[in-house]
Amino acid sequence: MTEKARGSTFGGLLPWLVVSPAVLWTLAFFAAPFIAMAVVSLTLHEGGGFSFANYQQFFSNPSYYQALVNSLEVTLIVTVISILLAYPFAWILAEQIPEKWQRLALILAVLPFWTSYVVRSYSWLLVLAEKGVVNNTLLQLGLIAEPIQLANTRFATVVGFVHFFVMLLTLTIFANLKQLSPSYRKAAADLGAGPVSTFLHVILPLTFPGIMVGAFLTFVLAIGDYITPQILGGNNELLMPQLIMLQIGRRGDFPLASALSILLMAVVTMAYLASARWLKIERA
Amino acid sequence: MTMRSGIRLATSIYAILIYGFIFLPVATLVLFSFQATLFPIPPFTGPSLRWYQAVLSDDRLTSALPNSLFVAVISSAMATLLGFLAAWGFARFRVPASAVLRGLITLPLTVSYLIIGMGLLVLFNGLGFPKSLTAAGIGHVVINLPLCFAILYSQMGEHQANIERAARDLGAREWQVLLLVTAPMLWPALFASFFLSMTFSWDEFVISFLLTRFDTTLPVEIWNLLRSGLNPKTNAIGSLVFLVSIAFVLLFELALFRKPRS
Repeated sequence: MTEKARGSTFGGLLPWLVVSPAVLWTLAFFAAPFIAMAVVSLTLHEGGGFSFANYQQFFSNPSYYQALVNSLEVTLIVTVISILLAYPFAWILAEQIPEKWQRLALILAVLPFWTSYVVRSYSWLLVLAEKGVVNNTLLQLGLIAEPIQLANTRFATVVGFVHFFVMLLTLTIFANLKQLSPSYRKAAADLGAGPVSTFLHVILPLTFPGIMVGAFLTFVLAIGDYITPQILGGNNELLMPQLIMLQIGRRGDFPLASALSILLMAVVTMAYLASARWLKIERA
Repeated sequence: MTMRSGIRLATSIYAILIYGFIFLPVATLVLFSFQATLFPIPPFTGPSLRWYQAVLSDDRLTSALPNSLFVAVISSAMATLLGFLAAWGFARFRVPASAVLRGLITLPLTVSYLIIGMGLLVLFNGLGFPKSLTAAGIGHVVINLPLCFAILYSQMGEHQANIERAARDLGAREWQVLLLVTAPMLWPALFASFFLSMTFSWDEFVISFLLTRFDTTLPVEIWNLLRSGLNPKTNAIGSLVFLVSIAFVLLFELALFRKPRS
């Protein structure tokens, strides 16, 4: 990097002039809202002074913290299943498909990624409904006698999430595999490793940081998502985003909704700190 | 040899199963948008275009479409502009506390849309700022600015800096350098930023849901349709949105990734 200009024109004001709109925007519409939310979370919907009552309510009311437990369970299940399904698929796309078809194969694999998120969840409802495609097929094959309940369950939420994140992770893991130099594989083969042990001892460890980044991304996006659990899981079992939206929609309880949002953010921050060790490797 | 063909067969089956899983809901959506009867469930009774007619004669849906495009275009242009100016400033000048400020601008990337929307709702509610498309647009700039900034900042290389210096030596003023030299050189990155912002804004639901009231965007109107349960009309509008998104992606592919013929 050569010497940066000090910005002599406008008496050194130019750097500030170009940088400040973005900084001010972020302060006004990202930092200030967060502070407003933190302040409001210490008040009560019914009025009165500042207290931690909303937070105490969360930890003392089982139906509230159960939502956090549900969210963590669903998110972990989704992250693990998505990686287990996406990794072999990305590997097949990167290794088994001829080079000239790879781009087309990848575009096809992520095409539904570009449909509307709301519509994609609704599409799964069509598939999983009581008289939907899956139940209809199973009935016709004689595998079941009665329709089984698939929609409005945790299963449906997990399927909807896994569908989305398999596409996302296939993209990231594919990119990761393609970045590996072929000389690693050659070196492993020269040193006498078979395909299986090359994969286990060379390819897998080298792509591990990429997997961790994908896992973190999945975790963050899934735990904050309202659409998929609301459309597919319904109200039988609430996840954190549903609980937050319920406070806003039904009761207009901004203080409790703010407290819940901040708790959700704290969980994501802890997940970030826990995985920061692996996330950093990727950047280097 | 047999082991190798065995692996080939197993991987082929696996790939077909995953492709099937990925396409099952979309195929179901599109197929039953052509349903002739009232429910989008088997057996298929079409093909019929009646639900597409129903969509096109639905005022709420047809007015949500321009709303969505309006919010997407304005907020993406804004995010790209702010991101471009900031990226240029941080890349070319010595700005005090540069790392902290860059961190601040990219921070919203790590926070979920729901929380960004909730924060804005609480703030606007406190300030008495009404729910509107403008409010939703402000939220969309918040989610897209970090992305635009990150893309453009990563593209501000030393090679462009030298050309900018040459332009200055030849007497160009700073605004001329920015407008006539830097922006044209970064055209692909600017286009990518704008395009990505467009797709995120176009598809964004929860911020628009929280921050708009009467005039709203297409994803929120589709959400409202879902209250009526399974309905082929939802399939029809969903298929149309899919078509538009595919057109976006094809445009992007053609504009950015088309390789020179030779």
